[in-house]
Amino acid sequence: MSAFVNQLPIGLSIGAVLLLIALGLTFTFGQMGVINMAHGEFIMAGAYTAFLLQDMVLALPAAFVVAGLMGLALERAAIRHFYGRPLDTLLLTWGVSLVLQQLARDLFGAPNVQVPAPSWLSGGVGILPYNRLFIMGLAIAGVVAVWVYLNRTGLGRRTQAVVQNRQLAATSGIDAGRVDMLTFFIGSGLAGVAGVALTLIGPVGPALGTYYIVDAFLVVVAGGLGQLRGAVLAAVGLGLLNSYAEFWSDASLAKVIVFAVIIAFLQVRPQGMFVLRSRVLT
Amino acid sequence: MRISRAIVSALVVLTLAACGSDSQPAAESNEIKVGLLHSLSGTMAISEVTVRDAELLAIEEINKSGGVLGKKLVPVVEDGASDWPTFAEKATKLIRQDKVATVFGGWTSASRKAMLPVFERYKALLWYPVQYEGLESSPYIFYTGATTNQQIIPGLDYLKEQGKKKLFLVGSDYVFPRTANKIIKAYAAANGMEILGEEYTPLGHTEYSTLVNKVMGAKPDAVFNTLNGDSNVAFFKQLKSAGATAESMPVLSVSIAEEEVTGIGVDNIAGHPVAWNYYQTTDTPANEAFVKAFKAKYGANKVTSDPMEAGYNAVYLWAEAVKKAGTTEVEAVKKAAPGIALERPEGLVTIDGENQHMYKTARIGIIQPDGLIKQVWDSGEPIKPDPYLKGYPWAAGLAAS
Repeated sequence: MSAFVNQLPIGLSIGAVLLLIALGLTFTFGQMGVINMAHGEFIMAGAYTAFLLQDMVLALPAAFVVAGLMGLALERAAIRHFYGRPLDTLLLTWGVSLVLQQLARDLFGAPNVQVPAPSWLSGGVGILPYNRLFIMGLAIAGVVAVWVYLNRTGLGRRTQAVVQNRQLAATSGIDAGRVDMLTFFIGSGLAGVAGVALTLIGPVGPALGTYYIVDAFLVVVAGGLGQLRGAVLAAVGLGLLNSYAEFWSDASLAKVIVFAVIIAFLQVRPQGMFVLRSRVLT
Repeated sequence: MRISRAIVSALVVLTLAACGSDSQPAAESNEIKVGLLHSLSGTMAISEVTVRDAELLAIEEINKSGGVLGKKLVPVVEDGASDWPTFAEKATKLIRQDKVATVFGGWTSASRKAMLPVFERYKALLWYPVQYEGLESSPYIFYTGATTNQQIIPGLDYLKEQGKKKLFLVGSDYVFPRTANKIIKAYAAANGMEILGEEYTPLGHTEYSTLVNKVMGAKPDAVFNTLNGDSNVAFFKQLKSAGATAESMPVLSVSIAEEEVTGIGVDNIAGHPVAWNYYQTTDTPANEAFVKAFKAKYGANKVTSDPMEAGYNAVYLWAEAVKKAGTTEVEAVKKAAPGIALERPEGLVTIDGENQHMYKTARIGIIQPDGLIKQVWDSGEPIKPDPYLKGYPWAAGLAAS
């Protein structure tokens, strides 16, 4: 019975991991509609930044900047030429992700590397270790920061304006190209932050991104494109579903159950939990 | 336009080159070509590249001391790309086009199973260097890693000796862990041990909080771990932060060697036992030379591990068989191989004539805070390979199923 009760906080902590890896995607995929398969490699870049610095606290802002700049470079160099061509973007970013993985293998070697966990994160409360609580705290902080940015800053409001109607926003004097750059910088930077946090619980190697990319897309799609509250609800819901499905069956079957539920859900609500009403998307 | 023309002409040149080497007579050359077929890219590259390095070292050493039959060994390296059909395809290429005398290669059982029909069809030789789940004995494969009675059963003997009666089985979801766990369950039933749980996770799985919760809830005396690859990192990190210790609940692993310890983080795994036939610290003169040569060639921070040593041995064992046979011709080498015994880094290794596996000494080691593994138990003498576990009454029926 206690193991069953334990699954509740475990589910929430899985949800926090999902939310953290998906938060950046709510920007690039959700706001801009870019299917960025290299998102996972920006997560990886964050994790390797933590490895290079060997210090988690320093690594959080550093990884945000490193991954953000990589995203910015990708957007400027390639993706911007493919706006409105989602399938081409998908292939392009998939290729970029393979290049980045091989680059990591050449730079850091094929074996996993180790990022020391800060000593103040050892131990825990009840079933949840401090490092899981840290990830939950980071996810919450990320959501709050994103919400404040989108709704309380001029830049954020301009971003929303561009998403809702690009032409109209442009005619109102908003530089849509700069908004794209900024959005991609923030979205990729958030992936980097997630990468730093993941070093606490998972492997740090060239394949790191591939382990999380599908889950990140699941959250964004199930939550509804561009919807922060949708992503939060979807992440927590999928975390809990995953936790209990695995508790009652096993890890392989739990994955199947999660996918089946999402597919069934998208049959009923093809646009996810929340739908952004805008002329562009409808 | 110019680019596409360049590509076309490059392709033409390549095709011609390929045809050229195909028609070249192999006999008059002063070299013996051998194939090395491992994953140099993809998810398995992390492990297989190190085995290729060890095999290249062996080839270099053999060449330095005069080669085989007065000829130099020339490695032809191919990339299996962690993709099983690619292994079959590249094996065919090495045999048919490069006309190699033998192939050293593979890591996962899936890659071996993919290559097996190719080697049997062309009557060519494969030397497979990794511990595996047994229940196989192809006449065209030499198995230089451990079979189950040289690794898993000694591991269980060790746990039994330590008084561990309740086990929890954790593994990746593919053929090796599932077969290994069948053997473990049969052993447990015959030896009064209890299996509290059996859990599998997909390869590449990284979220272990639920599984750790299940393991901690079941309170086993020990965990038998057949997870493979990166999952081990996530599992040990999350187990450690859930408060499990090596003293209260040792996790015996059969797929974690010196190479993997750094990535998992020594803090997370120190004190836990592993089962292999060789450690970098194994105390033999041959091993001292091997470790020294490997570090000299690849860097002082490199470690040596069991599969690397098995790959390194494979080249020497094949070379010895060729010397004995006086030719690289496959049937003659196969006939010469049985009974060949060499002092290798892990101690005496003898080729079994019946199943083409090796007599190997089993060793249990504990992972040390410096990342190396210290031996705490060994089988005393090389164990006769028994891939079908015919010598174990409790295992009757396993081979059939």
